[in-house]
Amino acid sequence: MDPTLQTFENDVWWIALIKVLGVFVLLLLLTLFTINYERKVVARMAVRPGPNQVGPKGWLQSLTDGLKLPFKEEIIPRTADKVIYFIAPVISATCAFTAFAVIPFGPVVSIFGQQTALQVTDVPVSVLVVLACSSLGIYGVVLAGWASGSTYPLLGGLRSSAQMISYEVAMGLSIVAVFMMSGSMSTSEIVAAQGDGREVSLFGLDFTAPGWYAVLLAPSFVIYAISAVGETNRAPFDLPEAESELVGGFHTEYSSFKFALFFLAEYINMITVSALCTTLFLGGWHATWPITLWSGANTGWWPMLWFLAKVLLCLFVFIWLRATLPRMRYDQFMRFGWKVLIPVNLVWILLLATVRVLQTSDLEAQTRFTLIGAAVLVVVLVAVLWPSGKKAAPAPSLAEQIAARPQGSFPLPPLDLQVPPSPRVARQVAERQPADVSSDRSEV
Amino acid sequence: MTGADVLLLALGAVAVGSGALVVLTDHLVRAGLYLVVCLGAVAGLYLVLAAELVAWVQVLIYVGAVVVLLLFAVMLTRAPIGRSEDLNRPAWPAAIIGGGAGVGLAVLLADAYRWVEVAQGPPGTAELIGEAVFRTWVLPFEVLSILLLSALVGAIVVSRGQR
Repeated sequence: MDPTLQTFENDVWWIALIKVLGVFVLLLLLTLFTINYERKVVARMAVRPGPNQVGPKGWLQSLTDGLKLPFKEEIIPRTADKVIYFIAPVISATCAFTAFAVIPFGPVVSIFGQQTALQVTDVPVSVLVVLACSSLGIYGVVLAGWASGSTYPLLGGLRSSAQMISYEVAMGLSIVAVFMMSGSMSTSEIVAAQGDGREVSLFGLDFTAPGWYAVLLAPSFVIYAISAVGETNRAPFDLPEAESELVGGFHTEYSSFKFALFFLAEYINMITVSALCTTLFLGGWHATWPITLWSGANTGWWPMLWFLAKVLLCLFVFIWLRATLPRMRYDQFMRFGWKVLIPVNLVWILLLATVRVLQTSDLEAQTRFTLIGAAVLVVVLVAVLWPSGKKAAPAPSLAEQIAARPQGSFPLPPLDLQVPPSPRVARQVAERQPADVSSDRSEV
Repeated sequence: MTGADVLLLALGAVAVGSGALVVLTDHLVRAGLYLVVCLGAVAGLYLVLAAELVAWVQVLIYVGAVVVLLLFAVMLTRAPIGRSEDLNRPAWPAAIIGGGAGVGLAVLLADAYRWVEVAQGPPGTAELIGEAVFRTWVLPFEVLSILLLSALVGAIVVSRGQR
């Protein structure tokens, strides 16, 4: 049974408490699992064993690491702003956990005799709640970088906040298409809207194509996937933590439990964007075609399994990217976000809105085709009459470039400088010349 | 006094108090953080009034993007930890103008509404707000967006300098 918004208002308080606790524990376990999963997958892709010592096949490595961290010595820099230095990791971790409250895991089930949906809560605008939580999470990063009172964390914090804000715009725009198709901003209703697939008959084989928005809104899905990687500061967009430039990024000065909180927040953010991706584009907890042949696939607790499988698949793609792609340069990254992702997204939304309006309005066929034809004509005219950029001026010569330098620039050596050979080279040349012995003797 | 009234009063007090701290504190970055608290309290006010969409958009845009950008600009130029003594100007002109505007508005609103009970409207769903913005108030909306666009273009022109 699909949950509605009414389902959540009927929850008893202890059911809500159980669900909150359940999500908390599940997130902690998923984080521990994901760290190990990532290390093992990356290791396998790099043809090395990876962690294999602690626990069965090394699967307890992240648990022991997590237990070790709080017992380490806590070092606070003397120049730090103590209060904010303390608050920043708390903000990061809190926002990361909160965002998960509106992710649906499954349909209505029975817990201790109470009918309740497998989702902590839902509001009519719950996708906005996730976005708001992730945008509040930026404070953790930027304040951590600033409050450390140190240069590299400050630079790392600035980079990451710029990056997260930029890619959040693209992410928000890619979700707009989902809102338009489903007609709702509530996560449970978006999942329900993707539930009913269409009957497709292909080569005499009848099956139900998934009503997934990843298929229907493929451009949005691609843009969401890219901006999700940018938003979570993961490779190939992990510029805020670029080890070669910034030591460790915004958390360079953090140690012990506070560092553990940042680590936790980063992985939970990864899980959250994967879960949101599953919810918005991959059909949420609904099973896909081969499984739906079994009629009980979307009932009871089974959907939680399909949901987790989809989330793990998304996480695998994250890890795969990290193992495959080199880090981008900062200016390339920003140009890509602002000049490619956002404009493409805007055009796509306009296109989709037009199609939706044409579909829903009761226009006659002739008017409809006239409108489409007019739109195509306008696009073609704009493309043809677009002022082709002026011919680029010939590149200035070296002397002109030097003359154009502002006052107070660094001194340049003269361009026609002839470097005299160093005295040592001259001496070596002289030593190698054979002495003319015979003529010397004859004079004496 | 219902629970909603108490919440409204408490959130209003938080908003006004943190707003005052924004201008009274000597710490540059903390002033930005008090602004976050202030805008967050205003979002809470919207939430109490059942305007969920406006509340979350307030958090998303003002708290999550605008103030972050403010902090970002502060940190790009100067990021002092501790007090900035050189920021304080004489307080009395600001106090007169701010206090005067505040008291004037309070008197005006209190006089206009007295003890009239205003019925709470329907919850602010996306449909209702879209209807209001794009049907009833579409002209002010478009004028505002043109204003913002021209400010944006102006900022780019100013920051590019002479070429």
